Amino acid sequence: MVMRPRDERELAEAIRDSAGPLRVVGGGTRPVCAGAGVVLETGGLAGVRLYEPAALTLVVGAGTPLAEVEAVLEGARQRLGFEPVRWGALLNAAGESTIGGVVAANVSGPRRLQAGACRDALIGVRFFDGHGEVIKNGGRVMKNVTGYDLVKLMAGSWGRLGVMSEVAFKLQPAAAAEATLLLEGLGAGEAVAALSAALGSPYEVSGAGWMPDAGAMLRLEGLAESVAYRVARLSAQLARFGAVRVERDGAALWRALGEVEPLQGLAGAVWRFSVKPSEAPAILARLGCPVVLDWGGGLIWAVLPEGVDARAKAAPYSGHATLMRGPGVVFEPEMPGVAALSAGVRAKFDPRGIFIGSEGA
Amino acid sequence: MQMPVPNPAILARKAAIVAALRAVLPADAVIDDPHETRAYECDALAAYRTQPLAVVLPRSTAEVAAALRVCHGLGVPVVPRGAGTSLSGGAMPSQDAVILGVARMAAVLEVDTANRFVRVQAGRTNLAVTAAVEGAGFFYAPDPSSQLACLIAGNIAMNSGGAHCLKYGVTTNNLMGVTLVTMAGEVLEIGGPYADAGGLDLLGVICGSEGQLGVVTEATLRILPKPEGARPVLIGFGSSEGAGACVAEIIRAGVLPVAIEFMDRPCIRATEDFAHAGYPDCEALLIVEVEGAEAEIAEQLGLIRQIAMRHDPVEFREAQSEDEAKRIWLGRKSAFGAMGQINDYICLDGTIPVSALPAVLRRIGEMAAAAGLQVANVFHAGDGNMHPLILYDANLAGDLERGEALGAEILKLCVEVGGCLTGEHGVGIEKRDLMGAQFSGADMEAQMRVKDVFDPGWLLNPAKVFPLALSAARRG
Ligand SMILES: Cc1cc2nc3c(=O)[nH]c(=O)nc-3n(C[C@H](O)[C@H](O)[C@H](O)COP(=O)(O)OP(=O)(O)OC[C@H]3O[C@@H](n4cnc5c(N)ncnc54)[C@H](O)[C@@H]3O)c2cc1C
Repeated sequence: MVMRPRDERELAEAIRDSAGPLRVVGGGTRPVCAGAGVVLETGGLAGVRLYEPAALTLVVGAGTPLAEVEAVLEGARQRLGFEPVRWGALLNAAGESTIGGVVAANVSGPRRLQAGACRDALIGVRFFDGHGEVIKNGGRVMKNVTGYDLVKLMAGSWGRLGVMSEVAFKLQPAAAAEATLLLEGLGAGEAVAALSAALGSPYEVSGAGWMPDAGAMLRLEGLAESVAYRVARLSAQLARFGAVRVERDGAALWRALGEVEPLQGLAGAVWRFSVKPSEAPAILARLGCPVVLDWGGGLIWAVLPEGVDARAKAAPYSGHATLMRGPGVVFEPEMPGVAALSAGVRAKFDPRGIFIGSEGA
Repeated sequence: MQMPVPNPAILARKAAIVAALRAVLPADAVIDDPHETRAYECDALAAYRTQPLAVVLPRSTAEVAAALRVCHGLGVPVVPRGAGTSLSGGAMPSQDAVILGVARMAAVLEVDTANRFVRVQAGRTNLAVTAAVEGAGFFYAPDPSSQLACLIAGNIAMNSGGAHCLKYGVTTNNLMGVTLVTMAGEVLEIGGPYADAGGLDLLGVICGSEGQLGVVTEATLRILPKPEGARPVLIGFGSSEGAGACVAEIIRAGVLPVAIEFMDRPCIRATEDFAHAGYPDCEALLIVEVEGAEAEIAEQLGLIRQIAMRHDPVEFREAQSEDEAKRIWLGRKSAFGAMGQINDYICLDGTIPVSALPAVLRRIGEMAAAAGLQVANVFHAGDGNMHPLILYDANLAGDLERGEALGAEILKLCVEVGGCLTGEHGVGIEKRDLMGAQFSGADMEAQMRVKDVFDPGWLLNPAKVFPLALSAARRG
């Protein structure tokens, strides 16, 4: 069964009347994954509620398609700084990402290492808890410490605390110019040191990744003269790692990195490691499988045969690994005391245990 | 301001409580002599003072845990404390509470420039964090004006901001992990030197929880490479509207200044008399700072000049030297001190949408006039975080109360226009009873449920943040 509330009142009712389990999905046509549950689709809660370019503020219905949000912002030469990316092709999921789904999974692209994650750009939420009661937190201003920050808690909660109906962001102006430096000769393991050197420079790198054909990739954005200056300086600084090629139009490359294009269509389970970047080379050597790197090596995408315990293979590492495609989404187990707090928070927001998580990203 | 009645049963057991703390902590880590505990009777909201039951000053996470286990076992409230620079009464004790100060825990635990983080004990001052990584060419971005004194622990609890947060974000955007000791004495590692949480973002809710969820003893902080240079400009305007419109246009244009600070005439006058920074005589001024190499600075300032010229500035002053740059910042940096010279003041901290700036400034002027009080404005204009300073005379009966009443009205105005009660100073005791202006009962209930999970007995900094009437049942 699929429920598609058209407004907050219907959403509240749907939750109140449900005995669960409820599977919140971001909207669109995506087939429901294996697993029980009534589908609660948020596509009816769509539309721009407030857009104030001069204040860099956007408030939208959580079910608004990501593409629509992007189109609205592009019209005013602005953007979501965290660079939302689409994992659909990688995860074999059809359907269009919604902005609420992006928030629920805290989906952040290459610019995350400079501009912060989705959770950092999110400044307000309205959501319905397991009682069907509306709760708002944060607001529409970028500096706000009034009460607890439940906004962060909702970002990356995978629909397990409640159903978001409205989300507010702080925005960035689009960059006037950009350039990409490519060190095509570097393998994944070797690339990390070069990425780290660039990120330790004052040249404000806004993307640092590695893909099989592109090699190490570094992005510089900003005003035109500033970008030209930094391209020259950073190229010189990185020359010791190998030949540097400057790509003026790198948009397609960064999109491919964000969407993990090189791993799309490979058979097997897709894992996502968030680690200390300097650990990446050793982890890659132990994994010995196709990979893509982002965030200076701090984010590793890996494809392994199904059934292989990637964590055991990659260990030791600090950070966490998530099985993103395979039999369901599986998170890294938390330290017991922390897991108890997380479980406690879930039980408070969803005392009947009706939310079984989001598939909306 | 109303304060909860201290629990007489705890007051009566003071000797036993102090003895129990002494049994698990070194002798010099427990203070109960009223002469010595007096130093902890208030924070920077100094109009409100109370002697705590006792003060403990542990030197390690293990000692923090031991102290908390004792207090938990005996049902004694605990108020965590950093440097006591809170402007909202966040670190203010109650008579039946033990102050747990982390100032003796100031060590640097790990500097890792390859992965761009530093791990410190939470009792280190904000400025000393940057000092620890500066030699390697890095800095810690959040820079509250109190950074010489305030501790990372307090910054995390208040999610503090600073002049440069327009570009670099506030504490929560630069915090990667903490060691947290729960009220029950359990030591937890939350987050670490890698991106984002694996499970629920508990770190996100711990930051800004005003010492109510746990005691932070260590922190992993993101550090950034130092920019090649920085330069401020000062732009004077004939009206606040002109300054407000200029801010909006700079933001839209895609220049990303690190700071845009605003001062109005009363504030300019007072700081001139005090600091002699040589500010122009005008209705409002902006200080805009940009960063980068020489050519990058020139490019950004060129754009800012173009924009400013469209708003009839009475002056556009570019710093030509290090010394001139210092003078431009001098007045702004001494603004609070200058106001303190003339008068006692209440420092408000509401945030408004930047588009509402001119209208709100006008309205504040009217409200102040009606109340017969002076208000000076100095604030972070880029993000709408206002700091109206209400001047009053502490020696004049009723003046503080009049000032507080005006403050409450101004903060409600901030909420009305789409903003909030506090942008960086926190709720503390100061604004807890205004929370209902911004939040519904359900909104606050949701927040209190989080505290229920971390601190079921409501022993940690219990009488803060939430309206007293609302938290009464939980505080027992
Ligand atoms: C002159 C002046 C200028 C200021 N400028 C700014 C500014 O620009 N930006 C800004 O944001 N703030 C500013 N402040 C406010 C204040 O400095 C900040 O709130 C600061 O972060 C408080 O740090 P502290 O160490 O003094 O904490 P305290 O005042 O001691 O405590 C603050 C809060 O933190 C809690 N706490 C302390 N230690 C711990 C711990 N270990 N674990 C858990 N909770 C703990 C306390 O219980 C309390 O609720 C200013 C204050 C002054 C006096």
